Amino acid sequence: MAFYRSQVLVCGGTGCTSSDSMKILEKFKEEVKKHNIENRIEIVRTGCFGLCELGPVVIVYPEGAFYSRVKVEDVEEIVAEHLVKGRPVKRLLYTETIDEGRIKSLNETGFYKKQERIALRNCGVIDPENIDEYIAFDGYKALAKVLTTMTPEQVIEEVKKSGLRGRGGGGFPTGLKWEFTAKSKADQKYVVCNADEGDPGAFMDRSILEGDPHSVLEAMAIAGYAIGANQGYIYVRAEYPIAVQRLKVAIKQAREYGLLGKNIFGTDFSFDIEIRLGAGAFVCGEETALMNSIEGRRGMPNPKPPFPAQSGLWEKPTLINNVETYANIPPIIVRGGEWFASKGTEKSKGTKVFALGGKITNTGLVEVPMGITLREVIYEIGGGIPNGKKFKAVQTGGPSGGCLTAEHLDTPIEYDTLTALGSMMGSGGMIVMDEDTCMVDVARFYLDFTRDESCGKCTPCRIGTKRMLEILDRIVEGKGTLEDLDKLEELGKQIKAASLCGLGQTAPNPVLSTLKHFRDEYVAHVVDKKCPAGVCQALLQYTIIEEKCKGCSLCARQCPVNAISGQVKSPFKIDQDKCIKCGACIDKCPFKAIVKK
Amino acid sequence: MKTIQELEEIRKRTLDKVNQRKDRTTTRIVVGMATCGIAAGARPVLLAIMEEVEKLGLTDVVVAQTGCIGLCKMEPIVEVIKPGEEKVTYVKMDAEKARRIVREHIKDGNVVEEYTMHVIQGKILNDYKVEKE
Repeated sequence: MAFYRSQVLVCGGTGCTSSDSMKILEKFKEEVKKHNIENRIEIVRTGCFGLCELGPVVIVYPEGAFYSRVKVEDVEEIVAEHLVKGRPVKRLLYTETIDEGRIKSLNETGFYKKQERIALRNCGVIDPENIDEYIAFDGYKALAKVLTTMTPEQVIEEVKKSGLRGRGGGGFPTGLKWEFTAKSKADQKYVVCNADEGDPGAFMDRSILEGDPHSVLEAMAIAGYAIGANQGYIYVRAEYPIAVQRLKVAIKQAREYGLLGKNIFGTDFSFDIEIRLGAGAFVCGEETALMNSIEGRRGMPNPKPPFPAQSGLWEKPTLINNVETYANIPPIIVRGGEWFASKGTEKSKGTKVFALGGKITNTGLVEVPMGITLREVIYEIGGGIPNGKKFKAVQTGGPSGGCLTAEHLDTPIEYDTLTALGSMMGSGGMIVMDEDTCMVDVARFYLDFTRDESCGKCTPCRIGTKRMLEILDRIVEGKGTLEDLDKLEELGKQIKAASLCGLGQTAPNPVLSTLKHFRDEYVAHVVDKKCPAGVCQALLQYTIIEEKCKGCSLCARQCPVNAISGQVKSPFKIDQDKCIKCGACIDKCPFKAIVKK
Repeated sequence: MKTIQELEEIRKRTLDKVNQRKDRTTTRIVVGMATCGIAAGARPVLLAIMEEVEKLGLTDVVVAQTGCIGLCKMEPIVEVIKPGEEKVTYVKMDAEKARRIVREHIKDGNVVEEYTMHVIQGKILNDYKVEKE
């Protein structure tokens, strides 16, 4: 392997290419050859950096010299001065000196500055398998405080004061849930942690369990004290092996320190926790189905009431909260409910963790104060949409949520504002879509998921989602009609109204919200038989632009079904009847003469 | 544990080890080892760091795994806090790069700038994609 002492990156994004970056790339290759250093300088074409207004962009590593608005005429000087003599061309540098763009700590980046980490306070900081490191950052201090200085009523009061609402999706006030369960009279009560995170694209709970498992254990013990329970269960999916392993280690360490077990801190209070593994059914995130699964029955929901607070696990009063909800509890106890309530908005207090995914530059996990706008999350923290593409929509709340569009970008993120717009906070998955995403296809994807995950207990969900999916399949195949759209809407509303549990009650949401915000796309599919985003295969045609085709025959040789024919050096043609729309020709064409539309 | 005093003693004893500020007395190296980090190749990075620290006979260095730092696409991420220095974040690590960090930054005290983040107008440039020509 050759050893390069420098690397020259030339941006090959659409913006830079249109201002001659490919000529710049060629010129670089020519110049390094002239100086006989082509074996020591690597020249590569990169994807879009997202800095199109500074383009054409050229970056030289290892120094990290950032040249902006480079012209073909400048290349000779950059090579002669910078690459040969090691003197960066100052007049062309975007920042005064090289290395100015170097950031030593993640904390200095825009990605971090807008975040406020409460639930994630220890994630990425402490060693999750070392209880001492958790204790060093005030771990188990909250448990010590409640056991030695507070009554259960005071604990519940503090949680109520914080305004914390359930982070698993429903958004029910946590303090009230604790109060209801505390007031239920019984010889035995239980505390359950719902770690059955199942939304596609969501990994908030997994990250908390992997990064800070003790925060969940401590909060469950506090909850046990508050409601009068001495046994806890963590229901976590078996597909999270690292989370399960770290939880096991954490429980063992906490028992060794006497922070779980009998007479914690020398008081009368005893509390222990066991792990129950879920087999990966989405419906088991629904609390009654989850409890059925813990009891060893099939994971299917029960009608409510009775609510778990009255009759839950083994028909005993049960408190069930989500992982992220619990992770917020120890800081609320240590720093006070008022401190937590001072963050966020009137009706949505504190912070929320979001998993950013899809067509976004900085995919990852972020925690932001409630009330922050979607624009701030997607652009300032998430770094915007890659490859210079346009934002189209963001899906929040997973298969239960809906899509929000560009006009909603300045909406503050709160439980009630998102619900009012036909989406929901959900557990915190945020999937960003760009102009190349087909909204009908997205809706179909989510419905396919919920249809698959429907447990089959109630008819509206079992059969209704199947029927909706059939209609959507027809639409993406170009066989849909306008009546189908009305039928989808009607069916969706009925499923929502008549289903037994949250899965069915929310399953139509992705379809209904895309029908509301992107009806024109559905119409294009059923009336014009076109997919505007170019996703739905059945509605696409691959064609060769005659003026651009040089007749090189590469595409014809690539086509697996011999659908392309023509004379060399004159434009080729695609036989639409034979074409299987695999796209192999597009990838091969050196002249970008093949388009799909 | 029977008393709050015992808890407080553990807290005090461990605080320096996890201290995120430059007033700490030992060097702390953490490797992001959540699912995202491990999938991106954090295990060999952690092993390489431990090996190199031992090989060079460095003392007063704490090597630890940690959870998700948040910027999953830049994994594997390694963070270094040395006494008297602000925290340094290294991104897109591999075993070789990690060994170099132990030699040059931990032992010799020179931050390996080329493995830190390069940010222009808020865009992190390290994660470029090489395109076929």
